[in-house]
Amino acid sequence: MPTVSMKVNGADVSGDVEGRTLLVQFLRETLAMTGTHVGCDTSQCGACCVLMNGQSIKSCSLLAVQAEGAEITTIEGLATGDKLHPMQEAFRQNHGLQCGFCTPGMVISAIDLVSKNPKPSEQEVREWLEGNLCRCTGYHNIVKAIQAGAQAMRG
Amino acid sequence: MYDFEYHRAASLDDAVGKLKAADDGTLVAGGMTLIPTLKLRLASPSDLIDISGLAELAGIKVEGDAVVIGAAATHAAVAASSDVRAKIPALAELAELIGDAQVRNRGTLGGSVANNDPAADYPAACLGLSATIRTDRREIAADDYFQGLFETALDADEIITQIAFPVPKKAAYQKFPNPASRFALVGVFVATGPAGVRVAVTGAGQDGVFRATEMETALAKNFSPDAISDVTVSADGLNADIHAAADYRAHLIGVMARRAVAACT
Repeated sequence: MPTVSMKVNGADVSGDVEGRTLLVQFLRETLAMTGTHVGCDTSQCGACCVLMNGQSIKSCSLLAVQAEGAEITTIEGLATGDKLHPMQEAFRQNHGLQCGFCTPGMVISAIDLVSKNPKPSEQEVREWLEGNLCRCTGYHNIVKAIQAGAQAMRG
Repeated sequence: MYDFEYHRAASLDDAVGKLKAADDGTLVAGGMTLIPTLKLRLASPSDLIDISGLAELAGIKVEGDAVVIGAAATHAAVAASSDVRAKIPALAELAELIGDAQVRNRGTLGGSVANNDPAADYPAACLGLSATIRTDRREIAADDYFQGLFETALDADEIITQIAFPVPKKAAYQKFPNPASRFALVGVFVATGPAGVRVAVTGAGQDGVFRATEMETALAKNFSPDAISDVTVSADGLNADIHAAADYRAHLIGVMARRAVAACT
């Protein structure tokens, strides 16, 4: 059984996994970090998005062993103590969620967008969200939240 | 997903060796097709050999009159590359249309071309630009490379290292995406340059990507959308499925080709 080591939210972690263990299983079942959700399990919905070396990826479509040596950031790694990350705060202020299931993936995906495009237009946000599905909100407030979060991240 | 042995290749030679040694091994780079396929138990390889980190497959550079892209370059890297944007903007725009942002962050050029999905975008760019597929042992012209549904000229243990895209005078890609999957229902890549006028069609053919030669002949005489408005495409040999009938795809080829010619820059 291979051993895998990586950095998750700044902490060195390692564990024994099967070759077929998915990154999201490693996060949720081995590390008990359940903030990263599994929605569709077929790489459509984006609830399982995490940052790998700064890039958003779908952790249900990546083997844990493929993340060997990588730096992973999950939704649990964004806030500083009680202070939410500006993108999380923007989702709260703009009511960018209803049931909240897709939210971890939305927030992670949004942070990747803003790292590449600090001032995305409404259209650019909507196109970027191609890989993140929400069944509740109709996306409108998510788009507003991401534009507000982008502004907050620009400072 | 059935279990398998996972190996990380240390070099290109190591990857070929591990592939030869495996019972039923397969390569993985981004895994954006392979991992979902394994999860559905549509494949059960004995060994996965990870080539994503190999230096031999990395990088994007301009080499003479061609843009040479490493097989492990992600779609996001191709879309963002200043060399690709400057020399072949149509190729950068094509890369930006693949899947979604997370797929583009992981999926690779080499993986897409090795898989030769009949609805993938890159095969149209390879054929339309008359690209050369470089492997660990030879160079293959795009015209000889694509051989049918998920079929290519690659040997079982052969690995794509780079793809060289000759810089065209003008090129454009127009895609009618399936609204759910973003795969091409029909995608047409048009280029004019050192290899003459080429029109490559993906998403439509039962045997995968193909060239619309009647359109190429008409465009060689007169490179304008009007030149192909009377060229009809036969529905014979085109895909028909729940998303579109064959005659609808045939019609779309004309529409996408005219839009591509109009968009050529």
